[in-house]
Parts: sequence; C-alpha cells; structure tokens
Amino acid sequence: MPEATTASKRAIVLYLHVHQPYRIRHYTVFDAGRAHDYFAAPEGSRESNADVVRKVALKSYLPTNRRLLKMLQTHPDFKVSLSITGTVLEQFEEYAPEVLRSFQEIVATGQVEIVAETYHHSLAFFYDLPEFETQVRMHREKIEALFGVTPTAFRNTELSYNNDLAKWADHAGYKAILSEGWDPVLGWRSPNFVYRPTDTHHVKLLMKNYRLSDDIAFRFSNREWEGYPLTVDKFLNWTNGSWEQPLLNLFMDYETFGEHHWEESGIHDFLEQLPNAWLATQGHTFMTVSEAAEQFEAVDTIDCPQTTTWADTERDLTAWLGNKMQQGAIGNLYALGEPIHASGDWALIEDWRKLQTSDHFYYMCTKYFTDGDVHAYFSPYESPYEAYVNFMNAYHDLKFRLAEKGLPI
Amino acid sequence: MLGWELPPHHTGGMGIVCYQMCKELASSGAQIEFVLPYSADFSHIDFMQINPALPHDASEVITSHGGSTYDSQHFDYVMRDGSTRGVAMHEHQETYKSYVSRLVTYADYDVIHAHDWLTFRAALAAKQATGAPLFVHIHSTEFDRSGGGYGNPLVREIEETGLHMADKIFAVSEATKAIIIREYGIAPEKIEVVHNSMELEAHELYENTDDNSFRYLTTMQRHGYGVVVSAGRLTIQKGLMHLLDAFRLVVDVRPKSLLLIVGPGEQYTELLERAAELDLSAHVIFTGHLNGTGKQWRDAFRVGNLFVMPSVSEPFGITPFEALAHGTPALISKQTGASEILQNVLTVDFWDIREMANLISAVLSSHDLETTLAENGREELLSQNWKKSARKMMGHYHHFASNRARPAYA
Repeated sequence: MPEATTASKRAIVLYLHVHQPYRIRHYTVFDAGRAHDYFAAPEGSRESNADVVRKVALKSYLPTNRRLLKMLQTHPDFKVSLSITGTVLEQFEEYAPEVLRSFQEIVATGQVEIVAETYHHSLAFFYDLPEFETQVRMHREKIEALFGVTPTAFRNTELSYNNDLAKWADHAGYKAILSEGWDPVLGWRSPNFVYRPTDTHHVKLLMKNYRLSDDIAFRFSNREWEGYPLTVDKFLNWTNGSWEQPLLNLFMDYETFGEHHWEESGIHDFLEQLPNAWLATQGHTFMTVSEAAEQFEAVDTIDCPQTTTWADTERDLTAWLGNKMQQGAIGNLYALGEPIHASGDWALIEDWRKLQTSDHFYYMCTKYFTDGDVHAYFSPYESPYEAYVNFMNAYHDLKFRLAEKGLPI
Repeated sequence: MLGWELPPHHTGGMGIVCYQMCKELASSGAQIEFVLPYSADFSHIDFMQINPALPHDASEVITSHGGSTYDSQHFDYVMRDGSTRGVAMHEHQETYKSYVSRLVTYADYDVIHAHDWLTFRAALAAKQATGAPLFVHIHSTEFDRSGGGYGNPLVREIEETGLHMADKIFAVSEATKAIIIREYGIAPEKIEVVHNSMELEAHELYENTDDNSFRYLTTMQRHGYGVVVSAGRLTIQKGLMHLLDAFRLVVDVRPKSLLLIVGPGEQYTELLERAAELDLSAHVIFTGHLNGTGKQWRDAFRVGNLFVMPSVSEPFGITPFEALAHGTPALISKQTGASEILQNVLTVDFWDIREMANLISAVLSSHDLETTLAENGREELLSQNWKKSARKMMGHYHHFASNRARPAYA
C-alpha cells in the first residue's frame, strides 16, 4: 500500500452538482381533471423550463464546460466530480443538446467522475425506500447510456445524509458517500480527512469543507464581504492553515459558475486559475471523490443519527419539510405510490416522479419569506403559497387520473 | 393635526390609522393637537390634545355614524341655550374650517398635518393664516371611492387644491402615489409614501374564541363546509361583484362553500340580486351593518376559513390586517396598498375571476394552506409597528419647520 506517497499528497476534491427541476406551470383547480401538462409553462413565463435551461446553458453550462475542458486537457492531474440529475439530462436532450454534448466531452477525458443519486432529485429515501432504489437505478442506467460510465460514489438529494443512508450505500457497494461537514457532527474533527460512517464496512465518507466551499459558492461576488475580491492566491493562502491535512472537499452547485455568480464577477477566471496555482506546489493534486476514498484510509468513525443537508444555517431538511404545506404536499404525494405503481401507466408514474423533485417543496418554504432572501431568488413563483396551490392542483389531477382508471384513491 | 374621526367613535379604517400614527408620533417627540369635527369621550387618549370643532355658539357637536359613507354623515349642534340643530356635511365643513382658522391664531404651530379632503379647506385656511408648512395625508382619493371614475367634481376640486397647495404629500401606498401623480397631475418628488401599519392590542389577539355569533356557519363547517368572509362598505370600490362571480366558480368545483358578506352600502340590493342570478342564494349570506368594535364583527372575521378583500382600488385596506389578527388567512387584490406590505397573504388581480376562484378553492380544500397562511400572517402582523413611518414623517416635519420663513410678527 503506497502509504508514504498518499501521506505526502494533498488533494482538492472539486465536486459540482448539476440540476434543474421540471417547474410546475400556473396550474389551477380548473385545469385539474382536464389537462395533465403540469410542466408545460409557455415560453416567456417564469416557470418555463425550456427558457431556464437555455438561459443557464448560455450563462453557465456552455462557458463553464469550455473552461473545464481546457483545464482538463492542460492538466492531466486536474479532476472533477459531477452529479447530474436525470431531470436535467432529459431537459438538455430536449432543449439544449449542445450542453449534453459538452458534458459528454469532458467526461470522455477520463478525468471526470459522475456521482450517483436519484434520477428525480427526490427525497424518496425518507418516504419510500423501494421507490428511492428504483430512482437510483434509473439514474445509473441513464448515466451509463449517455456517458458510458458507472457511478461508484453516492450523494443524496440536497446532500442529505444520515447513518441509515450510509448503511444503504455500503450495502449497495459504493466506495464513497458525500455529506455536509457540519460542526455538530464533526465535533473537534476536521472535514479535510476521509471518514468511515458508523456500522459500515466499505463505504467511506467525504465531508464538505463548507467554509472554503461557500467562500466560492455564496460569497464570491459579495462586495460587503471582508474577503472581497477573492483571488486564487488569497484563497490558497487560506488553505495553508490545514497544510498537514490531506483533503480539501470543495462541494457546490455547478451553477455557481456563471449563474449564481455572473461572468462579470470573474468567477470563471477564478475557476480556471485554481488548478494552475494549486498544482504549482509539489505534492498538490486533484482527486475525484472515488479516488480520494481509495487513496486515503479513514481516520475515524462518524456517527450521524440525525439528517443533515447542505442548506441554510440549520443544515437540516426544514427548507423542504419545515411547514405544514410542505409536509402535507410530500406526504400526500408519496401516499399515492401504491395505486400509481398499480396503474402501470408510464406517463402517470413519470409525472408522479417529476412531482417528487425536492425543488417543488423548497418553493413552498416560508422560513425566511419575510426577509426575501435566497429562497425567493430561486423560486419562479410569487409566493410559497402560490407554489403550493399549483402543486396541490397537480396532485388533485393525479388522483383524478387514478380515479378514471378505477384505482383506489 | 386635522382629522375626521378617532376610535372608538369611528366608521372606517382612517380613524384607527390616525390614532396609531399619532400615538407613535407623540412618543417620537411630537406635540399634537388633533381637531375632530365632533365631540365625544376621548378620555382614554392621553398622548395628544383633542379639540372638537365647535361653532362659537354651540356646546357640543354630535355625529351620527348611521350612514356608511362620509357623505351621509349627519351632525347635530347642541346650542348653548339647550336647543339642537341638525346640519349637513357641507355646512359642518365650513364650521370646521372657521374653528381651525380661529384656533391657529391662539398658538404657534410648526406644521399642519391634514387627513383627506374633508379637512383640506380648513387646512388651507390655516396655512394662509400662519404660513406654516402644510402636509396633506392621502388615505383615499375620490378616484378610489368612485371605483376608478371621476367621482364628485366638487370633491375632486377640493382634493386638487389641497394637493397643489401642500408643501408635502404623504400617500398611504405606492399605488396611491401613482394615482396622485396620474389623476391629479402632482410631481412625484412632492409625494412621500408612508405605509400604514397595524399595531394590535393584546386583547384583540387573544380573546376567547368560543361561542361564535355565527352558529349556523360553525355548524356547517363541522359538516365539511368552507366559509369565505368579506367585510367593508358595499360600494363599487370594494369589488364584490367580482367576488360573487368567482364564488360561482368555487361552488361549481366545491359545492360545500359559503360566503359571508359583512357591511352596509349602496350596492347591497345589487349584490343580493346578482347572487340570486348566479343561483348562489343558498351560498351567500349578507349580515348588513355590524358595529366595527363589536363581538359580531370580530366573530365574522374569526369564523372564516378565508377572508377576501377583492377591491378594485384600495389605497391601503385595513380589514386583511384585522382578519390576520383574528387568525384568518387573507386573499387580497393586487390593487390594494396592503398588498405592497403583506407577504403572507394570497394576492390576485381583482378582475382575474378564475384565479380568484382557484385560490379560494385551494384554501377551502387545504387545511395545511389555511393554517400556514394564518400562522405566518399572524406572526408577520405581530412584527408590524409604526416606528419606521413615524421616523419618516418626523424627518419631513423637521426639514420643513426649520426651513420655514416665519412672518415678522410671529
């Protein structure tokens, strides 16, 4: 075992999450029982999925992939891990095939790992385990078909994580699983090491270094921030504090590059300069998540009975399941599982699955509604209440379709 | 401060607004003399002086608030010799004006602050006599009251004069500011939006809610019915015809739905007929006038699963705040000033009948939506206060009072 070499190595694990939901159009009680096109908002409206994908393609996916390809070709040691949901892949195929091709190109370099997750970016793990497993399988098959690779690491929607999920991933044979490096879970420990989840045998846990990740993902273009403007030199200087620790887990939304921070902020230049500067130091490298899990021994066991996520200051699921509307909407949706499966109607099953995408519940979040913060920015609806009304009307229509088939509702 | 009413002797939202605003201004250091057009017991108000505008030969002015609009308000003068004399609005406005003209000669006022057109003649006379800066506060315009029309030409003229002569205009919402610019030709720089607020007294929030006056409605609710409530003057401005049309669509998809319409007004019979035409006789209940401080009024808000304010044009609109205070969620039109402030309410364009019906039936068929809206709305309401608006007004007072060129004899 090359202990000596790995011990001297320091690696950045850059993991980017690519996702778009199928947003529900303005769907009223009068549509229920008549039209089943929940996701077909007209172009030009805020809920138009085609518009969003094409816009983000121009601002983020295409320019970022151009840079990534260049970086991958320039630096054989540069590695990236990506998770790409089934719902966004379908939308690339339909609205922006050139984006899909650009992802295929970077994956073809062999320096990009694709991470497994649910096809529909759902919270099914917490509601319906067989359905969750089906969606993970659907995602794997989609990735194999489009990219010719099979994922060996797992991340759950919103980086949600707990002991049970780790055990599931262990049984399923994954090498690595990802989570938030949340202080109450880590205690005095650092996220810059590989860990072993409680009661698992093979799977290793990589935890997000949220301070350094969020400096890029959230604070990069904030002029009020004391770290502004963030340069690569400054950033790498901050990493020197943990020089004796092997990993820097930089996990974030892919759309950080060009969409959350616009091109004008210099975010793309920052990304491109990062490998140049990092690799200039002897012993520095990049690893994909599975490589990191293979290269490093677990230094300790992590026990996480509660569910953590990468969202908000609470790092829990309250942004999706915090209020009664959210709880009612998701609970009722999963309660339809049995008759939906029994229907054997693929279109109906697929609509039900698209409604499971966690974004729908996020749009209903009222936590910070009065402060009008980040939740409002990402929602195409005027208010969380409007999001809920559209969703529930679509839910009523699912029931209508079941009733039409004579199934129990 | 020139106003037309104060609680508990009031009919509209303006009285409550003036009361709360003055209370906060007083605690910010303003000394206020408030001139009212009638005499009543205001011994509970200790933060400002209240002067009834009496004719020189009368000892008391009594007002009857039986009517639903200012225009139908009546005044009775109790003369010093014990006799009484009834007067109409126009004559009393003149009395109010001459009272104010006399008042300003006795003391030196830094600013004159006048609320709505009824006080404008008096305000202009006071400005002319003293040279003090004049602030006119617009709670509602004749454009709003006529449902977006021209309205009464005489009233329009008084409003226009007041707006043009004012040194500064306070508007209760952005929507009202836009109307003042568009309909009255006033320069935008002269208008400052000062949003109303609604501070609730503790007893209004935590009163025992058992034994609701509307026993029929609570019984029907136990049988699966949903109850929608709307309250206010039944005038074209309030948009109730649209609500009836929307309610027809609601009943089509959800037959167990009832609509309670609270308030008197000139549109009453028209609304009654329209409800019958829509075959909604069994679904719409009219209460007529209810005392705005009484239990029945509060119970009407409480019994609703949803409160609706479908106004065609509403400078502010205080009733959704009352609904939230009583734990009832609200759906309000986007043509209301309140919709500029309230986050945790549903909003709709008053003309969008189908969307109104969609949102109403969504609340009636989802207990989760009803309670989330109600709880968050109430929390939002509790965070409301007048501090920000009062600070704004005090700033303008100081600015104009210090720039004022005082006449040599002052």
